[in-house]
Amino acid sequence: MASVAIREAPTDAKTSVVIFGATSALAQATARQLAERGLRLHLVARNAEKLASVAADLSARGASINTTQADLDQIDQHDQLLDSIGGIEECWFFYGVLPDQQQCEIDWQATATALHTNFTSTASLLTRVANQLASRNRGLIVVVSSVAGDRGRGSNYVYGSAKGALALFCQGLRNRLAPHGVRVLTVKPGFIDTPMTAHVEKKPAALWATPERVANDMLKARDGRRDVLYTPWFWQPIMCVIRSIPERVFKGLSL
Amino acid sequence: MTDKYRSWGFATASRQRAIVPRWAPEIEQFPKAQEQWGNHSRLAFGRGRSYGDSCLNSAGYLVDTSALSRFIHFDRETGNLSAEAGITLGQILDLVIPAGWFLPVSPGTRYATLGGAIANDVHGKNHHVDGTFGRFVSRLSVHRSNGQTVDCSPRSRSDLFNATIGGLGLTGVITRASLHLIPITSDQLAVRFDRFRGIDQFMSLSSGCHDSHQYSVAWLDCVSRGKNFARGVFMSANHLDERTTLDLTRTRKRIGIPFSLPSRILNKYTIGAFNSAYYLAHKPRHARTVCQHYKSFFYPLDAIGNWNRIYGTRGFHQYQFVVPPGAESVLETLLKKIVSSGAGSFLAVLKEFGTIKSPGLLSFPRPGLCLALDFADRGDATVQLIRALDLQVREAGGAAYPAKDRLMPAESFRAYFPRLNEFLPHVDPESSSDFWRRVSG
Ligand SMILES: Cc1cc2nc3c(=O)[nH]c(=O)nc-3n(C[C@H](O)[C@H](O)[C@H](O)COP(=O)(O)OP(=O)(O)OC[C@H]3O[C@@H](n4cnc5c(N)ncnc54)[C@H](O)[C@@H]3O)c2cc1C
Ligand SMILES: NC(=O)c1ccc[n+]([C@@H]2O[C@H](COP(=O)([O-])OP(=O)(O)OC[C@H]3O[C@@H](n4cnc5c(N)ncnc54)[C@H](OP(=O)(O)O)[C@@H]3O)[C@@H](O)[C@H]2O)c1
Repeated sequence: MASVAIREAPTDAKTSVVIFGATSALAQATARQLAERGLRLHLVARNAEKLASVAADLSARGASINTTQADLDQIDQHDQLLDSIGGIEECWFFYGVLPDQQQCEIDWQATATALHTNFTSTASLLTRVANQLASRNRGLIVVVSSVAGDRGRGSNYVYGSAKGALALFCQGLRNRLAPHGVRVLTVKPGFIDTPMTAHVEKKPAALWATPERVANDMLKARDGRRDVLYTPWFWQPIMCVIRSIPERVFKGLSL
Repeated sequence: MTDKYRSWGFATASRQRAIVPRWAPEIEQFPKAQEQWGNHSRLAFGRGRSYGDSCLNSAGYLVDTSALSRFIHFDRETGNLSAEAGITLGQILDLVIPAGWFLPVSPGTRYATLGGAIANDVHGKNHHVDGTFGRFVSRLSVHRSNGQTVDCSPRSRSDLFNATIGGLGLTGVITRASLHLIPITSDQLAVRFDRFRGIDQFMSLSSGCHDSHQYSVAWLDCVSRGKNFARGVFMSANHLDERTTLDLTRTRKRIGIPFSLPSRILNKYTIGAFNSAYYLAHKPRHARTVCQHYKSFFYPLDAIGNWNRIYGTRGFHQYQFVVPPGAESVLETLLKKIVSSGAGSFLAVLKEFGTIKSPGLLSFPRPGLCLALDFADRGDATVQLIRALDLQVREAGGAAYPAKDRLMPAESFRAYFPRLNEFLPHVDPESSSDFWRRVSG
C-alpha cells in the first residue's frame, strides 16, 4: 500500500516550513502562529480528512499551504516523502503517541510500536533532513520531546525513554550541525490539554497548559537563541529537582 | 463529571458530563457516551454565555464544541465565511476585520460561538434595520443522534434550517455554518450620545434614528424615581467611513465597573450611585458624537473579564423581555415595579426591535420594546419579582428571551413561541436541556 500520497506539489522553488504531524493539537496552534507571519507551510499528517480540515483553516487565515498525507511510521518511504516536499529550510516534529504503559509491560509489540513512532521514525527523518540542511549551511529543526524524557518513571517509561532518546539524539545533532549554521531546538513541554491526554484527569489544574500557551513559548524560542525549551517555564525548576533526586531514593517513590 | 461547565448567571456550577470532540466526526462518540452513561440525552455547549439553563443538561451530557473552532473557508472578495460551529465571534472578527469585513449581527459578547449565536438566533444593536443573526446564515450542518449529519439552507431542508435557527440546540449539534459578512472600512464607529428622561423621549430618539443609524441602544436607569424615573443615555452609531466627519473625535473615557465585589456591597445605594454617575458622565446635556473602537462599542463588558462575579457568591438572574408596539405603557408599569422593588439593576439595556422577520421558528426578537436587566440573586424575593414581571409580559402579548432565563414556566413558553407546534417535529429525539425539560413539561 502506497502510504505517501501527494496532494499538491509545491508550485515554486520557495522553501517552506515543514510540519510533521500537522494534525496534532499542538501543531495546529503553532501553525496558526507561523501562518500569521506569512510563512509558507507544508503540512504532513497521516489522516487525510483531518489534514484537509487543518489545511482549510490555515488557508482561510491567508496562509499558503501544501499538504502531503503520509504515515510517518513507514521509514522506507521517508526518502520519497522528502523528495516530494522539496527544499526545506525549517521543520517541526510534532507527531507522537502516548502508549498504554500497562499494555507495554505485557506486550513487547506495543512497546516496539511506540518506540518506533516516538523515536526511530523521527530519528530517520531527522537524519535525512539534517544532511539536507547541513549541505546548505542553514536551517532550523524543532523537535517536540517531553519532560517525561528527563527521568524514567515506572508509570510511563516506554513513552519517556523514547522522548529521552529523542532529546539525546537532538543534542548530538545540534553539536554536529552547529558548525554548519543549522540550529536544533529541543522542546520539553509538561502536561498539555490535547487529544493525547484526553483520558488523563486535568489535576492539578495549575500544571496543565493549553496548546496555545505552549505554541507561544515555542514561537518565542524560535525567534531567540535557545537550544532547549521547557514549557511552560516552571517545568525547568521542577525537572531540575526531579533529576537531582538520588536514584536510591527515586526508585522507591511511586511516580 | 466536571464542574467546568456553567452558565453565565449561575454562581455555583452544577455537575455536567461532557464529551469534547476534537474533530467533527468524533461527535459520533455519542453511542460510546451512551454506553458509558446510560441512555441519556445530549446538548451542544458553546462557551456558556447564556445566562440561564438553556445551555445545561444535568440529566444527560454536553457536547463541548470548543475544539471545533477551525475556519473552513473565507472569501475575502465576497465576505462569505464558513467555519466549524465552536469558533467564537471574536475569533471570526480577528480574522475578518483586517480584510474589511464585520459580523452582520453582534451580541454584547465576543465569546459567544457561531453555533450558540445560531441556536439563540442572537440579535444586536442593529435589529431595527438588519434583523437577527439567523438571517445571514446561508447554510449549516446539523448532526442528529441517528448518526446523520444533515446539510440545510434556506433552499434545501429549509424546515430543519428554520427550526435550527433559534432552536436552542434541540435539533441536534450544529457542526459547521456559513455566514454572509458585511463590509466595513474602519474598525471604529461614530457614536452619538443623547440623554433622555422617560420612555416617550426614548421612543422619539429611537424612531428618529431608524434611517440614519445602523446601531442603536440605550442604557436605562432602573433605580431612580420621581423626576429621574426612566432616565437614560441613548446611543446611536454607524461604522466610520471616509465620508464621516466628526466634530470631536476624542475617545470618551469609559466608566469602569469595579471588579469582583463581595455581594453585600451591591445594594440599592451603590447601584443608585453607579447609575447616577453613568448618567452624569454624559455631560454636556446636548448630544455629542465621539469615535469609539468596535470592541468598546459592541463588547464593553468583555473588557471586565468575568464580570458576572460582580454579583458575588450568590450569582444573579437576568431577565430580558419584549413588549409589542403600543404596549409602551406596560414597559413603564414594569419599570415602576422594578424601581419600587429596590432590586435595581446595574445594567439595564433598552432597545427598540424592528419588524424584519427571522427564518427561525423559535426566534425571540419581534417588533416592540425590549428591556434586559440583571437582578442579584436574593433568593425567593428575586424569583417572585421575576415571576410577577413574566405574568405581565405574557398578558401584554410580549415574550421573554430563553437565553437569559431559568424560571420561565411552560405556559409562558407556549405563549411566547406560537410556532412551537411547527418546531416540535424537528426536535432531535436524543437532545434535551434543563431549560427544555422545564418548558416542555
Ligand atoms: C455580556 C453578554 C452580552 C450578551 N448580549 C447579547 C445580545 O446583545 N443579544 C443576544 O441575542 N444575546 C446576548 N447575549 C447572550 C449570548 O449571545 C447567547 O446566549 C449566545 O447563544 C451564547 O453563545 P454560546 O456559544 O456561549 O452558547 P451557550 O450559552 O453555550 O449555549 C446557548 C445555546 O446554544 C446551543 N448551542 C451552542 N452551540 C451549539 C451548536 N454547535 N449546535 C447546536 N446548538 C448549540 C446550546 O445548546 C444552548 O441552547 C449576551 C451574553 C453575554 C454574556
Ligand atoms: N499532550 C501532552 O501533554 C504532551 C506533553 C509533552 C509532549 N507532548 C508531545 O507533543 C507532541 C504533540 O502531541 P499533542 O499533545 O498535540 O497530541 P495529539 O494531538 O494527539 O498529536 C499527536 C499527533 O501525532 C500523530 N501521529 C501519531 N503517529 C503518527 C504516524 N505514524 N504518522 C503520522 N502522524 C502520526 C497523530 O496523528 P492522528 O491525528 O492521525 O492520530 C496526531 O496528530 C507529541 O510528540 C507529544 O508526545 C505532548
